[in-house]
Amino acid sequence: MTGMLSVRGLNAFYGKSHVLRGVELEVGEGEVVALLGRNGVGRSTTVKAIMGEVAPKGDIWFKGENISGLANHEIALKGLGYVPENRDIFPGLTVRQNLVLGIKDMKRPGRWAIEDMLRMFPHLAERADTPAGVLSGGEKQMLTICRTLMGDPQLIMIDEPTEGLAPRIVAQVGELLSEIARAGVSILLVEQKLSIALKIASRVYVMGHGEIVYSGTPQEFLTRDDIRREWLEV
Amino acid sequence: METFFFSLLNGVIYGLLLFMLSSGLTLIFSMMGVLNFAHASFYMLGAYFAYTIGSVTGFWIALFLAPILVGLAGAGVERWGLRKVHTNGHLAELLFTFGLAYLIDELVKIIWGKIPVPYEIPAALDFPLFTLFGAQYPAYRIFMLVVSIAMLAGLWFLLKRTRAGLIIQAALTHPHMVGHLGHNVPRVFMIVFGFGCALAGLAGVIGGNYLVTEPAMALSIGPIVFVVVVVGGMGSLEGAFIASLLIGLLQTFAISIDTTFAEIFAFTGLSPLSDLGRISIASLAPMLPFLLLVLVLMIRPRGLMGEREI
Repeated sequence: MTGMLSVRGLNAFYGKSHVLRGVELEVGEGEVVALLGRNGVGRSTTVKAIMGEVAPKGDIWFKGENISGLANHEIALKGLGYVPENRDIFPGLTVRQNLVLGIKDMKRPGRWAIEDMLRMFPHLAERADTPAGVLSGGEKQMLTICRTLMGDPQLIMIDEPTEGLAPRIVAQVGELLSEIARAGVSILLVEQKLSIALKIASRVYVMGHGEIVYSGTPQEFLTRDDIRREWLEV
Repeated sequence: METFFFSLLNGVIYGLLLFMLSSGLTLIFSMMGVLNFAHASFYMLGAYFAYTIGSVTGFWIALFLAPILVGLAGAGVERWGLRKVHTNGHLAELLFTFGLAYLIDELVKIIWGKIPVPYEIPAALDFPLFTLFGAQYPAYRIFMLVVSIAMLAGLWFLLKRTRAGLIIQAALTHPHMVGHLGHNVPRVFMIVFGFGCALAGLAGVIGGNYLVTEPAMALSIGPIVFVVVVVGGMGSLEGAFIASLLIGLLQTFAISIDTTFAEIFAFTGLSPLSDLGRISIASLAPMLPFLLLVLVLMIRPRGLMGEREI
């Protein structure tokens, strides 16, 4: 397994507050990695800094190239997909138009076509030609993930995909993540629900106070009650 | 009936000209958050460019070439000026466009002089197209109507039916997300800014010879375009369209009404010779857009169709 994404000594600031303090993490090719931690410890900021939405200080290697400080569209074009936590669909555009905008190059078809996505999610198919603003929270979440998949990323970073969703929808999101992983796409999953994260991830990182405080396999992690108590339980 | 028909036609033509100006301004504002004070200066440049190019090539080539040149100038301003200022926030951008407006005004005075230039309606369109109620209607005004409608249809097609239009629509509200999907948002900004300026330039080309091409032309129409954008609702093209027609018709109809206050308020005994009694509705016409602006800001701050308050 070769390192596809390698973050080295990543620091980030919001004004004067130092929110990321030397984050180190690695995602291999085809690997699913979960980034766990309580709210406010810097998990979302880590993925935002990787995408350049928060100014990063440090090295971010993606497929052997340092992408630290590049513009977000340049990073996306290199094959790094990002699904932010706020389910940023384009509300005025239809579901289908949202999906079309996920495609980076109309001449080069990716792993998934729009019809695949609509087949996978009949709810989206029913509303394919209605404005995406009317979708439910769960449908919006599926749409944002599907839209990023249309760009055929080699690694996808997904921030809190199950937050605020009903258990039935959480299960659907879990299935979609497994489907992405089966297709060979690497995943960096920022998640609070251990059930989903531990089921699909092959490695977990735990963050605390802006740095990585634990890394290991899900099996190892399950034996570490001390880590869970100190860094995850509320 | 005669006055009504001609006022209606003139009002629609003036309204569409206002929309040509305000559509670019509102697109730029919604996407970049920049209220471009220099927008009407690009309208002026359109008229002057058409005058100079037209004197060499004739009107028809100038009709296409002048807006393209104005668009390129606008794209250049965005790429090498505004983009650098952008990092310092919206106030810096606002002041930048404010300075740019004066810079363009002064440049125009230096190059073309302080008095109006003889930018004339092309001979091929300088004839009465039809006679109605005994009055002749100039062909050039109908030409303005046709160009405006063609521009409207083109803009609608571009925004609603092309992938580039979808990217622009999405970037209007979610520029970061559009970037995360791999679209070069700064380039989209530059194109939209240039395109908006080109539309303003086109308005200058067809409006400059109909009205008058002089260094004060930007200053005289600029504030009205701002009124259109605010009344229509910041960031709404549909709103800008309705507000353009509304203001175009309001002003044109008001000008045609000679009724004085003394006639309206005759029952109060107001003398037609008094200062107040002498005021006619027509003389209030230039004030009406600004009255509308003040009322809208007080009663409905988000405008007719805007999604955000100012």
